[in-house]
Amino acid sequence: MIPAPFTYHRPKSLAEATGLLVDLKDEARVVAGGQSLIPIMKLRLAAPDHLIDLAAIAELKGIARGATSITIGAMTTQAELINSSVLAESVPILRETALQIADPQVRYQGTLGGNVANGDPGNDMPAIMMCLDASYRLVGRAGARTVKARDFYLGTYVTALNAGEILTAIDIPVPPAGHGFAYAKLKRKIGDYATAAAGVVLTVSGGKIQTCAIALSNLADTAVAADAAAKAVIGTALDRTALSAAAQAARGVMAPAADARGTVEYRTDVGGTMVKRALQAAFARAKG
Amino acid sequence: MTTTAPTREQREAKLEGMGCKRKRVEDVRFTQGKGTYVDDIKMPGMLYGDFVRSQHGHARIKKIDASKALKVPGVVAVLTAKDLKGVNLAWMPTLAGDVQMVLADGKVLFQNQEIAFVVANDRYAAADGAELVEVEYEALPVIVDPFKSMAPGATVLREDLIGKNTGAHGPRKHHNHIFEWVMGDKDLTDAAFNKADVTIKELFSYHRTHPSPLETCQCVASFDKIKSELTLWGTFQAPHVIRTVASLLSKIPEHKIHVIAPDIGGGFGNKVGAYPGYICAIVASIVTGKPVKWVEDRIENLTSTSFARDYHMTCEMAATKEGKVTGLRVHVLADHGAFDACADPSKWPAGFFNIVTGSYDFPVAHVAVDGVYTNKAPGGVAYRCSFRVTEAAYCIERGMDVMAKKLGLDPAEFRLRNFIKREQFPYQSALGWEYDSGDYDTAMRKVMDAVDYAGLRAEQAAQREAFKRGETRAIMGIGVSFFTEIVGAGPSKNCDILGVAMFDSCEIRIHPTGAAIARMGTKSQGQGHETTYAQIIATEIGIPAADIMVEEGNTDTAPYGLGTYGSRSTPVAGAAIAMAARKIKAKAQMIAAYKLEVHEGDLEWDIDGFRVKGLPEKTMSMKDISWAAYNSPPPNMEPGLEAVSYYDPPNMTYPFGAYICVMDIDVDTGVANIRRFYALDDCGTRINPMIIEGQVHGGLTEAFAIAMGQEIRYDEFGNVVGGSFMDFFVPTAVETPKWETDFTVTPSPHHPIGAKGVGESPNVGGVPAFSNAVNDAFSFFGSTHIQMPHDHWRNWEAAKKFGLHA
Repeated sequence: MIPAPFTYHRPKSLAEATGLLVDLKDEARVVAGGQSLIPIMKLRLAAPDHLIDLAAIAELKGIARGATSITIGAMTTQAELINSSVLAESVPILRETALQIADPQVRYQGTLGGNVANGDPGNDMPAIMMCLDASYRLVGRAGARTVKARDFYLGTYVTALNAGEILTAIDIPVPPAGHGFAYAKLKRKIGDYATAAAGVVLTVSGGKIQTCAIALSNLADTAVAADAAAKAVIGTALDRTALSAAAQAARGVMAPAADARGTVEYRTDVGGTMVKRALQAAFARAKG
Repeated sequence: MTTTAPTREQREAKLEGMGCKRKRVEDVRFTQGKGTYVDDIKMPGMLYGDFVRSQHGHARIKKIDASKALKVPGVVAVLTAKDLKGVNLAWMPTLAGDVQMVLADGKVLFQNQEIAFVVANDRYAAADGAELVEVEYEALPVIVDPFKSMAPGATVLREDLIGKNTGAHGPRKHHNHIFEWVMGDKDLTDAAFNKADVTIKELFSYHRTHPSPLETCQCVASFDKIKSELTLWGTFQAPHVIRTVASLLSKIPEHKIHVIAPDIGGGFGNKVGAYPGYICAIVASIVTGKPVKWVEDRIENLTSTSFARDYHMTCEMAATKEGKVTGLRVHVLADHGAFDACADPSKWPAGFFNIVTGSYDFPVAHVAVDGVYTNKAPGGVAYRCSFRVTEAAYCIERGMDVMAKKLGLDPAEFRLRNFIKREQFPYQSALGWEYDSGDYDTAMRKVMDAVDYAGLRAEQAAQREAFKRGETRAIMGIGVSFFTEIVGAGPSKNCDILGVAMFDSCEIRIHPTGAAIARMGTKSQGQGHETTYAQIIATEIGIPAADIMVEEGNTDTAPYGLGTYGSRSTPVAGAAIAMAARKIKAKAQMIAAYKLEVHEGDLEWDIDGFRVKGLPEKTMSMKDISWAAYNSPPPNMEPGLEAVSYYDPPNMTYPFGAYICVMDIDVDTGVANIRRFYALDDCGTRINPMIIEGQVHGGLTEAFAIAMGQEIRYDEFGNVVGGSFMDFFVPTAVETPKWETDFTVTPSPHHPIGAKGVGESPNVGGVPAFSNAVNDAFSFFGSTHIQMPHDHWRNWEAAKKFGLHA
């Protein structure tokens, strides 16, 4: 549990950070809250020669509400998400999800940017960002670009982030007032990754589901959107048939690993159950 | 202004003696982060050690190349078995009479086995060096299943034992066999089964787990070449035993070895044995002439030092159709891993497993235990239980449930019919123990009343119907467990560790002002000895507990003792305290008689001093007696007021208890919600009810963990699965159920203060209560037995197997 030697950098600006990243090339990793990278460095599964800590870059922090979207700086901690009245009002699923991440100590240190940029299928926020159709701002020395959460995850620890780029902020379209939401996460204990988890954001009108987005955590090699499952409930009043159809469709996009949490069969089955429960909770919360 | 003399109640209260919920004095430093643990010890020039560990479960070591490691700045030395052979320490004896490699000698037998010890100027350089030691392996076939280990053509694991047909505990039946241990009367038991109305036979596998204390195993060894003296600070539950073993191994005379156990952050059996880290740190200090620190990390702790359980118990029970048990037959396949490093009294290779007849009046019983080697970490420690008692309790308590089901009886009713009755104590068990005291019937009925047992069963029946109608997806389970512990090892007639009898000791020295220090042969790892021991002295000799300092762990100053494990501290050392205190009291009485000018027989004890019978105003307090003892003792009496007692208990003590667990299992996720857990413990005389309650809470939490998910699992290639806190289930406050505690008091008749010990009871009784609840829930759908741990996916598997997903 002792990391290999590394040089620690603490840039004060984004430009300084991207410059370091370019200069140091493959030997450098950026660290946000350190709740994923530091443990794997302690296990020597990662051994970067240089660690670029983003903690001192003020421009990477903060929550800003625009007319139709909310922008959250990458270095905003989970605790800050939980304590934000703006988010509680506009995008309450963020608070619900952040409260299910690890424990308070981790949430005071862990950041939203780290959680979504890491590319670990066990992270909880990527699926939520898919449900919300969020976009990530990626900045490198060459300039800035935007990638949708749904297009960002390519494989376990493999993302659309290019060498030399830093994920700086997340833009989230504000969901309609009265929308329903839920993040149903089954885990063995506090601090554990999900055995299976499903996020749902939906709208209801006249008692029937108008729009729906569903995405899953830790049930494939990346967070994964379950669009067919969402489609199966649109236009329904979430009756038993619709629920079962959604669970079945969602199971179709799952490919969990067998691990100490259970067999592939079990994790796939409870993945469907989490979809059902998230749908039921979201539907019950939706107005309209 | 007038002062009134304190009332009797005020004088009693001031003592904070036995029965008082005295706050833990050690917590003042622990809660402020001011404890001194091994890793807090820093010495000038201290070096740090780190292990190179095996990647394989079983492999021949072709080559070890440390040249790159030795080039790392700060690396001082790399020790391998070759170096240790020079001092005859490549192997070390285990407490169980086996030998264990200190560093891999020719081959490795389990994953994460110690191969080389890298010594460096700092902890980081040691880790960098360990990374660069190159080990060339030749993989060998791996055996992780104890049943396969005993197959005729199984790979030979222990090549050092080839040709040795006899081990420390008798004949070996197979090259991977360690011992067979047999108790009871086979013929009578067979006869009972032959004429039984009803019999059951079931394999109860108790999975491998780990005590996982918050603080891992660690030490600092400092060898002074000028004085030829070794000082060893370490996480030792039994510091004196470590000193004796260190002397025997190193040939350093015992008076030149100073073993010190400072504050310890939990032990639970993990810190009883001797580990390669201790030997390597000592050797490295002798070689380098500098202090050497070794500290395990969490993964090392979980995967190399002292697992627990891994007992595979085939339980057979015979009974009449009326529901009276008539015989018990148990065979155990005990997986000890690569070396038999089981921490038991030396003559008890399966511990006190013969307590397996439990709380029931079995006329006959027979038990046989076969210990076997596998490619898994060595050990077999008692994880918060007396030696193999939790395995035994699990076996009998599951067996009672399975038999009750077969007889069509309620499990609580079946237990009530078969309890050893109060008037049968002292009770001779069919497997050789003499139970000291008990009142099982009262305890069981008290718990059943408290939870409205009949009401719970009615609710369960209603819920089952609702489940069948599709109104709920939860099934309800009620787990009943009644356990009898056997603790306080132990009488020298049957207990020793490597020949050292298992007495314990106390030295009390009263200072002239009436304050005192008590030094003990035991060692607290969180049990609160500094608090409770002082309470015993306070009641015995009338000195306020607040004026008594309790000191443990320094072998130079503490009287020799066998340490703290197996709930032995109160039964053995607690008795030594009382006996030492009574010696002091006897001398105090002589002094008081002289001072009050009466005969000793004219005095009677009164809370905190002596008074003359019939003349209550003629008194002498212990405080005044203490001053007189030093400064004006009676003629011809030596000054001073102190005593030592070494207590060899006449018998074990037998705490018991009744637990009931109520849970609801979500069949779709397998999540078990513990709705209620009611625990009644009878530990005899209660010294500090608050500490007892804390002990019960802690033990139940560990029992909950073990039963519901905590596991050290190996895959077929010998890889440890889940050997870190990512997977190893240690419940947080969020997962932990709410505990309801209760008690009865049945003192031990042979113990000076009637106390029996309690620290481990909740683990012994708790595990079967949880498991019985899960099994009870599924039993109504056709299940006989589901193996632990009952984690989410296994519960879901059971639900699927019994058609509950339809």
